[in-house]
Amino acid sequence: MAECGRVDSNTSHTMDKSITLPPDEIFRNLENAKRFAIDIGGSLTKLAYYSTVQHKVAKVRSFDHTAKAAAGDKLYEISMQEEVTARLHFIKFENAYIETCLDFIKDHLVNTETKVIKATGGGAHKFKELIERKLGLKVDKEDEMTCLIKGCNFVLKNIPHEAFVYAKHADSEFRFQTTNPDIFPYLLVNIGSGVSIVKVESEDKFERIGGSSIGGGTFWGLGALLTKTKRFDELLQLASKGQHASVDMLVKDIYGGSYGYLGLTGDLIASSFGKSATADKDFSKEDMAKSLLHMISNDIGQLACLYAKLHNLSRVYFGGFFIRGHPVTMHTITYSINFFTKGEVQALFLRHEGYLGTIGAFLKGAEEDNPNQYSWGENYAGSSGLMSVSPDMNPMQRARSGTFPFDMLEMDRLERQLVNLPLLQDPSSYIPDTVDLTEDALAREYWLYCFEEALDGVVKRAVASQPDMPEAALRAEKFRQKYRHKLQTLRQQPFAYGSLTVRSLLDTREHCLNEFNFPDPYSKIKQRENDIALKYYQKAVKSLDELSWEEKQFALVQGVLAGNVFDWGAKAVSDVLESDPEFGFEEAKRQLEERPWLVDSYDQWLERLKGPPHKCALFFVDNSGVDIILGVMPFVRELLSRGTEVVLASNSGPALNDVTNGELQILTERIAAMDPVIEAGLREDRLLLVQSGSSSPCLDLSRLDKVLAMVVRERQTDLVIIEGMGRAIHTNYYAMLSCESLKMAVIKNSWLADRLGGKLFSVVFKYEVPAGKPNKDCGAFSPS
Amino acid sequence: FLLKPSWKQDYSFPWFGMDIGGTLVKLVYFEPVDITAEEEQEEVENLKSIRRYLTSNVAYGKTGVRDVHLELRNLTMCGRTGNLHFIRFPTQAMPRFIQMGRDKNFSSLHTTLCATGGGAYKFENEFRMMADLELLKLDELDCLIRGLLFVDRVGFNGHPECYYFQNPSDTQSCVKKPCTLDNPFPMLLVNIGSGVSILAVYSENNYKRVTGTSLGGGTFLGLCCLLTGCETFEEALEMASKGDSTNVDKLVKDIYGGDYERFGLQGSAVASSFGHMMSKEKRDSISKEDLARATLVTITNNIGSIARMCAVNEKIERVVFVGNFLRINTVSTKLLAYAMDYWSKGQLRALFLEHEGYFGAVGALMELLKTTEDP
Repeated sequence: MAECGRVDSNTSHTMDKSITLPPDEIFRNLENAKRFAIDIGGSLTKLAYYSTVQHKVAKVRSFDHTAKAAAGDKLYEISMQEEVTARLHFIKFENAYIETCLDFIKDHLVNTETKVIKATGGGAHKFKELIERKLGLKVDKEDEMTCLIKGCNFVLKNIPHEAFVYAKHADSEFRFQTTNPDIFPYLLVNIGSGVSIVKVESEDKFERIGGSSIGGGTFWGLGALLTKTKRFDELLQLASKGQHASVDMLVKDIYGGSYGYLGLTGDLIASSFGKSATADKDFSKEDMAKSLLHMISNDIGQLACLYAKLHNLSRVYFGGFFIRGHPVTMHTITYSINFFTKGEVQALFLRHEGYLGTIGAFLKGAEEDNPNQYSWGENYAGSSGLMSVSPDMNPMQRARSGTFPFDMLEMDRLERQLVNLPLLQDPSSYIPDTVDLTEDALAREYWLYCFEEALDGVVKRAVASQPDMPEAALRAEKFRQKYRHKLQTLRQQPFAYGSLTVRSLLDTREHCLNEFNFPDPYSKIKQRENDIALKYYQKAVKSLDELSWEEKQFALVQGVLAGNVFDWGAKAVSDVLESDPEFGFEEAKRQLEERPWLVDSYDQWLERLKGPPHKCALFFVDNSGVDIILGVMPFVRELLSRGTEVVLASNSGPALNDVTNGELQILTERIAAMDPVIEAGLREDRLLLVQSGSSSPCLDLSRLDKVLAMVVRERQTDLVIIEGMGRAIHTNYYAMLSCESLKMAVIKNSWLADRLGGKLFSVVFKYEVPAGKPNKDCGAFSPS
Repeated sequence: FLLKPSWKQDYSFPWFGMDIGGTLVKLVYFEPVDITAEEEQEEVENLKSIRRYLTSNVAYGKTGVRDVHLELRNLTMCGRTGNLHFIRFPTQAMPRFIQMGRDKNFSSLHTTLCATGGGAYKFENEFRMMADLELLKLDELDCLIRGLLFVDRVGFNGHPECYYFQNPSDTQSCVKKPCTLDNPFPMLLVNIGSGVSILAVYSENNYKRVTGTSLGGGTFLGLCCLLTGCETFEEALEMASKGDSTNVDKLVKDIYGGDYERFGLQGSAVASSFGHMMSKEKRDSISKEDLARATLVTITNNIGSIARMCAVNEKIERVVFVGNFLRINTVSTKLLAYAMDYWSKGQLRALFLEHEGYFGAVGALMELLKTTEDP
C-alpha cells in the first residue's frame, strides 16, 4: 500500500523523443556503473547505481634528504595521483521519460558485468518488460516496505540534517534535526494511496503495526470526483486556495462559539463536509479540496498519534507521495500532529524521502559489498538539494519550456567510518554549527555575499595550482559556474542541503573544487609556507626557552594565536598576505588584540597549568605553515614536557590551507630531527598524529574517524584543544565536552568580529571545565 | 448554570428535554398518563394543546418526526407515570421551532426548557428574544451519559435496550442479540453524530473525552450529497444499501494480486478508500449507489479504527456505539461489530443501543426533574 497507484497515467510512453539528455549533468559516471536499482512509483521513477569516480588527489611525499638529489630546498614533493572512490548515484525523473532514460543508459553503459536490476515500487511490474528489453537486465523485484525502511535507515544514519520539522509561518520553514547517533526506534508513516504505519526497531527489525485506507488515493480519488480535477498536484493547488469553513461544520457553527467546557475552540472542525449536506448550495472546487485535505491530514495525524502513544514512540517520520515535497500537506500533517499530541510529538519529514525505496532496493542488491559497513556523505556538488523540482510546477509547462526536470543525489563512500567524539557531553543535542544561516537572514546575506566575492580569488588560485595543465583554466571556469549556481540556489532555497551554515558553504566549495579536479589548490602555498616556517622553528623555540615559566605560558598562547592569523582561508588575511609577503610572525603578534581579549579565560588556564599535568590532550589543528610550525608545535612541545600525551588531529583530505595529515607527518618528522622533545614524544608514542576523517575547514565532532575516537578513549583524553575560526568559532563555539576544553581563535573577519562585539583580530580564548566536574586545581570558567 | 426561581409545584408540566446538535434536534417529551381529574381541570389550555399536538401526530411540519417505535410506555419518572416520546427535526428548522414556541405562548407555562448540545448555546439568545424563553443549558456529554444509563436501566418496554451482533465476522450467521449492560463500567462510549466524540466512562460522574474525529455522520451525508445529489440521510442510506464499495475502493488484492502476506493483510482489506477513483475510466463508469456505499464504508471503518485504538490505549474492552449516524444503518453497525472483533482478535466487543441518538435529550430531561425536585 506504499505505492502510489497512479492509474490514469497512460501517457507514460508518449514522451517527447526529441529530448536529449545532457550526459555530464544526468546519469554521471555511467561508464563504471554497476548494481542498478529502480523504484517506479505512480508518477516518478527513481534510479540508483553504484559507480566509481576517478579523480585527482594531491599527495605529498618526503624527499629522500640523505640523497640530496634535485630536491632543492623543498621539504616535500607534491604529486597528483589518480584515486578511485565509490559513489552512489540516485536520479529521479518523471515516468514519462523512462524510455528516453533507459535508451540513454543502454548507450552509455560500458560495464557488462551487471546482470540484474533490483526493482521496487507499484509501477515496477508495468515497466518490467520495457526495462528487460532495453537494458538486457533481469528485473528482480524487492518488497516495497523492506526497501523503504532500509533506505530510511541509510539516510538517517549517513546524511546529517536529513530530517526536518516543517513550520510554515516560522522564519525558516524547514527546521533540520541534528543527527542522533541512535536512530531507533522510530515510526514511519508512509502515505501512499493508503497509509502504512511501521515501527522500526533496528536495522532488520520492523513491523507494520497499523494503517488506514484513507490516504493519498482517497484525496486524489475523492478529490477528482468532487472537483473534476484530474491531477494530484492540481488538487493540492486548489486546496491551497480554498476556505474549508464554507464546507466543514465547525464547532462555532454548532455552539455559536467555542465549546469551552472541553476546551474545543470555535474554529475546530466538528464535522468534515458537515455543511455540504444540502442540495440548495454550490460549493467551490477550492473549498471542497481544502476541506478534503484537512479531513485526510487530520485523520492520518490522529491515527499516527494513537499508534505513537500505544508504542511509546516520539520520533514519527512521514513519507509517501502524499507528502513528497508538498508544503501544503507537510503543513496540514504537522498541524494535525501538533493538535492531537498537544505538541508532545513533532511530525518529521525527510529531505530524501523520495529516494528511500530506490536506496533500499539498491542496498538489497549490494549486500555483498557491505555498504552499511561504510560511512557515506552527501556530495553537495552532485546533489540537487531539497525542492530542486518544485512540485507545484505543472509538467505541461515544463515540457513546453523544453527542460528535462530531474533531481539527483550523490553520495560518496568515505574512506573511514565516522563516529562521535566520545568526549561529547550529549551527542544527541550536539550541534556543530554556531550560526544557522537558514534562520539568520542577515548573516546568510553576508556570508553568501562573502563567498561570492571570494570566488574570483579561489578560481585564480585553483588555476595557479596546476600550472602544467593547460585546460585548468577551463575547468576552473566550470567550477566557478557550478559554485556560483549553488550560491544562487542557496540564496533562493537556503534549506536545500539542510541547515545552511558557513561550514556547509565551505564544504560545498570543496566538493565543487573536487568535482573539477582541483583537489588541493593551496598545495603549493602550503608547501612554501611550511618551508619558510620550518627555518624559524629552532629560533622560536630557543627564545621561548629563555622566558620565565609564566612568561613562557603566555608567549605560547600568543604564538598559537599569532600563528592562526596566517590563514589564506580568511579573506581579510589573504588580502594582506598577498599584498605584503613580509607580513611576519612578530607583526602578527602585534596585530593581536591586547588582553583582556574578547573572550578571555587565560587566567583560569594559567591557574590550571600550575596544577598537575593532563593525561592526554587532543589537539585539532588548523593551518599549515606558521600556524602549525611556529604556533602549535611549541605549544605541543610544552605539553609533552609537562608529561601530557598529545594527539594531533588533522584533516584527512585537503581543505583550504589547512594542514593535512600527510603533510603533518612529514613536518613532524622534520621538526623531530631538530627537536629532541618532539623526537622523544614520537619515539615513546606520547605524540600521535591521527587523521580526523574530515576534509573540511570546519569540524563536526559527531563525524570523526573511528580510529581517532578509539585513540581518544584508549588514552583517557582529558583535554581537547580546538584551534582556529573554522573549528572553534564557526563550529563548536558552544560545543559542550565532558572534559576540559580550550578553544583558541583569532577573528579574521570584520563582519563576524562586529557581530561578536569585537573587532578585526579580536581573540577568543575559551577555557572550559564541564559543570559537575569541579577541578580543584583550576578556577571556574566565567564567560566574559 | 442559571436556575429559574423555584416554583410552587414540585414539578410543572410540560416535561421536555432537548438536545440541539449540529444536524438534528432531538426532543423527548414526557406525556403523563396519570393525570387526575383535578389536574385536568387546572391544566391550562396551552398545555393541553401541546400534549394533544405532540401525541396525536407522528410528523410535525415538513421535517419533524416522532419515532413511535422508540416510545417508552408506562414509565415512572419523579413519581409520575407516563409515556416518553422521541421526536427529532433538523437543526435548520430551529428558527421555526422557536417561532412556534412564541406562537403557542410557551413562556406562559413558566417551565424551564432544559437544553443540551451546541445549539443550547447557539440559540440561547434567539429563545430569549423571540420566545421569551430562558434555556437551562446543560453539558452534552454529562447528559449523554446520564440519559444512556437511565434508559438502559429502565429497559425498552420490557426488553433490553442494549444489543450486539453474534458471529460478527460471518455475514451469513451474523445476528443481532439483545443483552444487558449490567456492569457497564468502564466503557468506551463512541457518540457518532455530525462529528464523533469518544469518551472513556468509569462511572456516571467520572468520565473523560479521549478524542474525537470530524469524520462522522455529517461527513457521510455531506459527501453523499455532493457525490450523488441525494438530499436526505434516508436517501443516502437507501442508495448505500444497494451499492458495492469495491468498485470504488482499491483493495489489497488490487495492488498485490492477493494477500499482502509480509504484513498479514487480507486481499479483501481496503488498501485505499476511493483509490479506484484516481482513474478517469473508473470514475466515468461508477454508479451513485457504489459511491454512497463507499462513503458509508470509509467513514464507518475509520470510526471503528480510531475507536479500537482508543480502547487499546485506554485498556477498555467494551465499546458502546451511539448517535444518530447508526439510525436505520445496519450496514454500519454490522461493520463496526466486525471491525472491533476482527482487528482485536475477539478481544473487543461492540455494543449498540436502541435509542441511538436520544440519550442527550433524555439526560437533559432528567436534569429538569432533578432541579425541580430540589429547588
